[in-house]
Amino acid sequence: MINFEYRKPTSLEEAQNLRAEYGFASHFLMGGTDLTVEIDQGLLSPEMLIDLKGIDALKIIREESDEIVIGAGVTFSELIKSSLIQLAFPSLHESSKLVASVGVRNVATLSGNICHAVPSADGAAPLLIRDAELTVSSTAGSHSVSIHDFFQGPRKTVLSENELITEIRIKKNKAKFGEHYLKLGRYRGEDLAQVGVAVSVDEKFQYKIAYAAVSPVPMRIPEAEEVLQGQRPNQPEIEKAIEIIKRRVSPIDDIRASKEYRLYMCGVMFEKVLHAALQRMHDAQSGKKS
Amino acid sequence: MKKEISFILNGNEVSLSVSSDEKLLEVLRNTLGITSPKYSCGKGECGACTVLLDGKTVRSCIMLAVEADKSEIVTLEGFQKNGLTNIQKVFLKHNAFQCGFCAPGFILSTDELLRENPEPNEEEIREALAGNLCRCTGYKNIIEAVEEMVKIRKEGAEQ
Repeated sequence: MINFEYRKPTSLEEAQNLRAEYGFASHFLMGGTDLTVEIDQGLLSPEMLIDLKGIDALKIIREESDEIVIGAGVTFSELIKSSLIQLAFPSLHESSKLVASVGVRNVATLSGNICHAVPSADGAAPLLIRDAELTVSSTAGSHSVSIHDFFQGPRKTVLSENELITEIRIKKNKAKFGEHYLKLGRYRGEDLAQVGVAVSVDEKFQYKIAYAAVSPVPMRIPEAEEVLQGQRPNQPEIEKAIEIIKRRVSPIDDIRASKEYRLYMCGVMFEKVLHAALQRMHDAQSGKKS
Repeated sequence: MKKEISFILNGNEVSLSVSSDEKLLEVLRNTLGITSPKYSCGKGECGACTVLLDGKTVRSCIMLAVEADKSEIVTLEGFQKNGLTNIQKVFLKHNAFQCGFCAPGFILSTDELLRENPEPNEEEIREALAGNLCRCTGYKNIIEAVEEMVKIRKEGAEQ
């Protein structure tokens, strides 16, 4: 293993300056659950690790008038325990519970998960169905990037050399809604998704559908959303949506599952997740707690 | 690159110099002689290296030692400083260890679970311990031990 330098800035400015100095020769460190493994495997050989855990401002989940803001330092365990997330962003609550195991979730962050940008990122599909905005910051200032533009390829994001994510922002739903996330793994505790699906539906039957692990980057399937749009779905439309989904995704064969199995499960899981989301929307309309 | 770090280890202040690429597990085992956390998968997948860092279970095989600076670490050595704990006694009663390699991780994960959720059901117990692998596959006895532990605590609280 290489002998990198390690710094733990206590302010964002300090972190930005270090990043400006070292660029891609540095790597940001949050939970490190992906990073240290990749360094060990020789996939990464940073000269400098910039540990962001010393910046307290990044560790906050806050509610604003129309947004929920998740700081880049918020761990999956903190997301799971947040009653705000549980109520206002249930698909993220569910996907967070499916990330690896407790000991990993205690340190791993949602921001780290999406910055690592593997196709199976558990946090991605929920963020896609909520059209999340990412606050990207550098010494030059900060700007917002849509989650839809963020993933550029496996392990590739739109972030440039001097940039980091400081927070993830999601609009609060004003109308009643239902959403659900499901992940297909071989066993619990520590497995990457073979298929990850998130679906949301609101009172006007506007659907949002996102998949992880079955294409080079996590993706929405707008054509399938359109097929269902504006109506309570019946079986022919569901079948049609599944057809479209299967055409749009491009799963790989690997040690976890075959391409054919993943394609088949895209359809099976879609129906499950769709019905769960619809049920939750009805429960919300009738005032029932799901 | 060497870094000076200090942390509280099982109640005692420890200061030492570590290399920035050393894992917490390596420092605990090789430098400090703390052998209850085990090296097994080296990827944070099996839970054998579990320690408590500021009260939460972490995977010490994928955590850098420098990241533990100024924290409080408890390993099984510190956990049982005043003799066997109730969790350990119940695990023993159920013969919840076969080779014992995974036991420190299971015990610390059980401790965290019961602090967070004093009355977990079987599903919650299985979920909380899903990240700890027992290579002897002795899960049944482990789950039963935790279930009894929950029962004992509940009865204790009622008295």
